[in-house]
Amino acid sequence: MSSFAVTILGQDRPGIIAEATGALADLGGNLEDTSMTLLRGHFVMTLVVSTDATEQSLRAILDEKFGDKDLDVVVMELHGAASAPSTGQSYVLSVHGADRVGIVASITEVLARGGANITDLTTRLGGSLYLLVAEIDIPASTSVAELEAQIKQVAEDLGVGASLRPAESDDL
Amino acid sequence: MHMPDLPIGTVQVVLVTPHSVLSTRCVEVDPRDPLTVQLAADLIATQRVSPGCVGLAANQIGVGQRVFSLDVSKHPKARIHHGEFVVVNPEIVEATRNEKGREGCMSVPDFTGDVKRATRLTLKAQLPGTAEEIFIETDAFEARAIQHEVDHLDGFVFLDKVAGAHAIYPRQTYL
Ligand SMILES: [Zn+2]
Repeated sequence: MSSFAVTILGQDRPGIIAEATGALADLGGNLEDTSMTLLRGHFVMTLVVSTDATEQSLRAILDEKFGDKDLDVVVMELHGAASAPSTGQSYVLSVHGADRVGIVASITEVLARGGANITDLTTRLGGSLYLLVAEIDIPASTSVAELEAQIKQVAEDLGVGASLRPAESDDL
Repeated sequence: MHMPDLPIGTVQVVLVTPHSVLSTRCVEVDPRDPLTVQLAADLIATQRVSPGCVGLAANQIGVGQRVFSLDVSKHPKARIHHGEFVVVNPEIVEATRNEKGREGCMSVPDFTGDVKRATRLTLKAQLPGTAEEIFIETDAFEARAIQHEVDHLDGFVFLDKVAGAHAIYPRQTYL
């Protein structure tokens, strides 16, 4: 049994997911995690599927379904280890302001320097407003107050606003 | 609210999804039935020994009846609270002012999720043993917890109520 990442992207229409997952089910593929969204109206989906089928057969069946349509398919076997469980605390970072080049690069560079790991990220451009929302794990060894001050400083330099808050959940 | 004295409860195993009793609507019961009173005691006993647990619905310990226990008195987000209590046949009669919050559940150990809940509500219910009808008016965290437990009794877990496709998060550790 191997795990594969399957990415499909291109022109959106109803039925892409049904066709793709149907083809994978025909090969005995078991879907694990999936992420799908529209990015500026374009269909983007990556899923992890475990199956006894080969990479070639996965690619062949998906190419047959989508090859001559407006969609691209990438199939990749997953070899590396999954990221280690976090030992830190989860936070949600929101950044928004007037769009300009380099917002994501500058903000995420600060996070990387602080050893903070991004576990989920959405950025959107709506009109002239640029928005970034990230779930991040901050290791216990990093000072949250210091990291927050650095984020705020970079955000100020970019002319955007930033807020960091704990993503705590309550057990009920 | 005057909670009647309960017998000594037995700690029960908390079930996790997927399990049919967690996804089936629980039935109304007679609050005076000695079995209901024992169930109330078992819920309290199980809730007390489960770290971080502020509420338990009867179907979480495998009994498909409309009974839940709650105690948010030690939770930092609680404002109004009614201490430790158990109610039978609860019904939310009024709920207003929705707010989003991230919830976890002992029966869903691998995920947390954002759920919109009313921050003010009135609950109508009966007390175990006496069958006295009570109305609980509350807010903030106790209101959220009550809605979470009533959802359990209706056969729903928080996964059924999440705010959107990207409002579910993997959980790496559970207390
Ligand atoms: Zn629960």
